[in-house]
Amino acid sequence: MKAAVITFPGSNCDRDLAVALAQAGFAVARVWHKDHDLPAGTDLVGIPGGFSFGDYLRCGAIAAQSPVMAAVKTHVERGGHAIGICNGFQILTETGLLPGALMRNAGLQFVCRPAGLRVTTADSAFTAGWRSGQSIRLPIAHHDGNYTIDPEGLARLKGEDRIAFTYIDNPNGATGAIAGILSTNRRVLGLMPHPERAVEAEQGGTDGSVLFRSLAGVAQAA
Amino acid sequence: MKARVHVMLKDGVLDPQGEAVRHALGTLGFAGVKGVRQGKVIDLDLSSTDRASAEAEVRKMCEKLLANTVIEKYTVEIA
Repeated sequence: MKAAVITFPGSNCDRDLAVALAQAGFAVARVWHKDHDLPAGTDLVGIPGGFSFGDYLRCGAIAAQSPVMAAVKTHVERGGHAIGICNGFQILTETGLLPGALMRNAGLQFVCRPAGLRVTTADSAFTAGWRSGQSIRLPIAHHDGNYTIDPEGLARLKGEDRIAFTYIDNPNGATGAIAGILSTNRRVLGLMPHPERAVEAEQGGTDGSVLFRSLAGVAQAA
Repeated sequence: MKARVHVMLKDGVLDPQGEAVRHALGTLGFAGVKGVRQGKVIDLDLSSTDRASAEAEVRKMCEKLLANTVIEKYTVEIA
């Protein structure tokens, strides 16, 4: 159960993600964006939140061109797991590893608060610890979380049961109130909410630890 | 050789920032602004002296980085 957490210039949730993964039982390596390879035997790549490259051009656009992202693509193509949280989700859409794009919040405000979410599918290594339809609570903190996809893409996500989480009260105008989606092989998750900020009671909730424990169980079984 | 790239949201993609600008113009008393779309202008200074190859190269830059073609469209001017 080896996880690699990537740090870009401007990442600020990388340490929290590493701590959350270690707490769930992962051996966590920290990887710099200029590295060309992931550590041997990496089961899971974590792409953290933050403001990589100052959100210049578009959120995640410059980070998506980093050397390490070529290694992440190879890892994903080989069937490896990856999770992108907040800016990490933006980076995954910019690399084309997940469909759609994250646009400026419809209300133009940065939103920073706990959000009620619906677990839309339990059919993934990330969400297997919940029941489909279960409501949970995770913090959100973003300015560009307005998930946008064309009607055909949305129909495809729905038809393939790849919407992982939806907002109970849509905070950002996201298409279909989508908060997180899965790749075609269900091994890549991108989500705007921050599960790594909800793994200790002191953080105001522990719903996020369900995700990391579930993921650790799957990685161990593999 | 200089190139100017215009990046705009595709038609049909809602532009929350453009909408906020339209609203603000109305507040300032500019009546009759029916719509505002906000985009980016990117100026490039190129060493190339061949117009056609410069344009082809800038188009590649747009596809790979300067625009997100999921939501954005672009035009290239070579001067």
